[in-house]
Amino acid sequence: MSEMKKIKNLKEFSTSADRFEGANLLCPGCAHSIIVREVLNATNDDLVLSASTGCLEVCTAVYPYTSWDASWIHIGFENGSTAVAGAEAMYKALKTKGRLKQPDRNPKFVSFAGDGASYDIGFQWISGCMERGHNIMHVVLDNEVYANTGGQRSSSTPIGSSATTSPAGRVSYGEKKNKKDMVAIMASHGIPYSAQVAPNKWKDMVKKIQHGMEVDGPVFINAVSPCTTEWKFDPKDTMLLTDLATDSLVFPLYEIIDGHELNITYRPKNVVPVEEYLAAQGRFKHLFKDEYKYLIKEWQERVDANWAYLNRREEARV
Amino acid sequence: MAFDKMELRDIEVWDGNFAAAQALRQCQIDVVSAYPITPSTPIVEGYAKFLADGYVEGEFVMVESEHAAMSGCIGASAAGGRVATATSSQGFALMVETLYQASGMRLPIVLNVVNRALAAPLNVNGDHSDMYLGRDSGWIQLDAYSPQEAYDLNFIAFRVAEDHDVRLPCMVHQDGFMTSHTAQGVHTMDDDTAYGFVGDFKPMNDMLDFEHPVTHGVQTEEDWHFEHKARQHNDLMTKVMPKIQAAFDDFEKLTGRKYNIVEKYDMDDADVAVVCMGTSVETAREVALEMREKGIKAGVVGLRVVRPFPFFEIQEALKDVKAIAALDRSSPNGAPGMLFNEIAGALFNTDTKALLSGYVYGLGGRDLTKKHLTDLYTELQANVDAGKVLTPLQQFIGVRGPKLAFL
Repeated sequence: MSEMKKIKNLKEFSTSADRFEGANLLCPGCAHSIIVREVLNATNDDLVLSASTGCLEVCTAVYPYTSWDASWIHIGFENGSTAVAGAEAMYKALKTKGRLKQPDRNPKFVSFAGDGASYDIGFQWISGCMERGHNIMHVVLDNEVYANTGGQRSSSTPIGSSATTSPAGRVSYGEKKNKKDMVAIMASHGIPYSAQVAPNKWKDMVKKIQHGMEVDGPVFINAVSPCTTEWKFDPKDTMLLTDLATDSLVFPLYEIIDGHELNITYRPKNVVPVEEYLAAQGRFKHLFKDEYKYLIKEWQERVDANWAYLNRREEARV
Repeated sequence: MAFDKMELRDIEVWDGNFAAAQALRQCQIDVVSAYPITPSTPIVEGYAKFLADGYVEGEFVMVESEHAAMSGCIGASAAGGRVATATSSQGFALMVETLYQASGMRLPIVLNVVNRALAAPLNVNGDHSDMYLGRDSGWIQLDAYSPQEAYDLNFIAFRVAEDHDVRLPCMVHQDGFMTSHTAQGVHTMDDDTAYGFVGDFKPMNDMLDFEHPVTHGVQTEEDWHFEHKARQHNDLMTKVMPKIQAAFDDFEKLTGRKYNIVEKYDMDDADVAVVCMGTSVETAREVALEMREKGIKAGVVGLRVVRPFPFFEIQEALKDVKAIAALDRSSPNGAPGMLFNEIAGALFNTDTKALLSGYVYGLGGRDLTKKHLTDLYTELQANVDAGKVLTPLQQFIGVRGPKLAFL
């Protein structure tokens, strides 16, 4: 087991030796790069990384450039998790056979993918990786939309959001179905660790990533990633949006150990009304018309119910 | 942990699947990432049993689909080690996206393809539809006609694919059931000799070398994509055949078994020739010998290497014949068959006056009988005698109903 990286404060954290370079093509204000840096900076160990096709991939490995100072692979849209699982299998094989070039290292295997590449097209591949027990971590950069292709709905897109394939219009309030509970689905594979994280709560993030990297077996992390382009907010407000997401409990932060033991890891001192979270984003703008205001009420009820459910699960310890 | 060697008799009775599994065992694959599908399943089952019995040291990852199987192979190969898997038919079709990715990323994976028809209608038997589906995927494709060849060509595949001048994945094809499930005598190599032929895996741009981080699978648009594809094509066109030939030469020195990029049977003085692949080659050879007794100078050309296409070897093999039949075991679905087109392309611009006609046969495992081939050679001889092709250029043979012919 490698020594856990000790991080004293945000300044030290944010100035750790970068293995993800600032030289990339992500939008100003994109939370992806913040999340990726937080994940990478949580460890000093060597990394084998993958990205599924999506914003992160197309913006960080455009030949002849790369933003990655670590081993990195992209194959396709759906199979980033399996790419890393294959590499992890090779690591185990070469370790057994005594053929590792640097046998003293303790590499971590991490795949990054968007919600489309995780909740939708890559769902089966991730489920397979979780079921088989690979020692990998899958991190979803969850911006609740196919951002790379211009804002189509995914199964992570929440009710009432206007996406290009579920647009709000004269007779529609946009997306009709609520997002899939991917953390619960992944936890039900019985994996040792799954968690929801947010880039604004970096201490919580580091703790979870470090824990996830130390456990033996597959880890699933869902990271809220506000998308300035598709959520429609000013690029300078990314962290504000993330604060609203966590403090309104739309994105509650919690972890599930061994598939059942749920711990809430962040309880906002002042819970923000969901309406404030929705009002800060252009994708929900139409909900503030009179005829759709009932949806805002329903949103609040749904978030409250989910929070109560998480609390009940935490209390029940099952 | 170590593994045990297996004592083999000089000649074992193996079917094509078990022969391939034994070859994989002897090559000591580091990672096999696989998904079962008829008729290739026994290859990975055989490998799993070798692992369970301690004859193999490595990781066997049984994934949830063929797409994931090849995805796992790609990740494992990029990490830096010897990788192989097996599939057929629908599984192959599901893999197609990743086949292009594996070759474009220049990863020397070996894929045993036990050829089977493609649905619909669903069919588990052997034809070459899956092999044809892979022909533009940037892989090297070798074709075995028998269990012996399925065994031997796996060693050739690793040797060529893993060569640092090549670094391209390689398929070893065999016919579903006819080869994969038909036991024959197979001359074996002992474990040390076999492993010695392929040698230790030499990693390149391996992700597990942490002193040299590497980015695999980049984005290129109109600025660089063409150059990457052109380089891959260039290497397939110029570098692969000499490496295959060198591997064949070394293999012959080691085992006495001789392979050729294009296999010619009775072609020295042949007037009429059948060009085909897989188990049909053997049937055609037998019929060709019978035709010679009837006074028709018949020969057979089998493709040992399907990709890269043996353009010059085909030119050379067919330069003196007067009539050629191209036999395609895959429905062209609206075009002349692949072999017909490739042969026509190879012979066009040459001095040949040979008459070329195409035949589509054996779809979904339908037998190609000696009578089919007797009739076919007779048609070719009639074409020679008439100085022109008397039949339509494309005929379906062995199919029910009124004669089906086109072009």
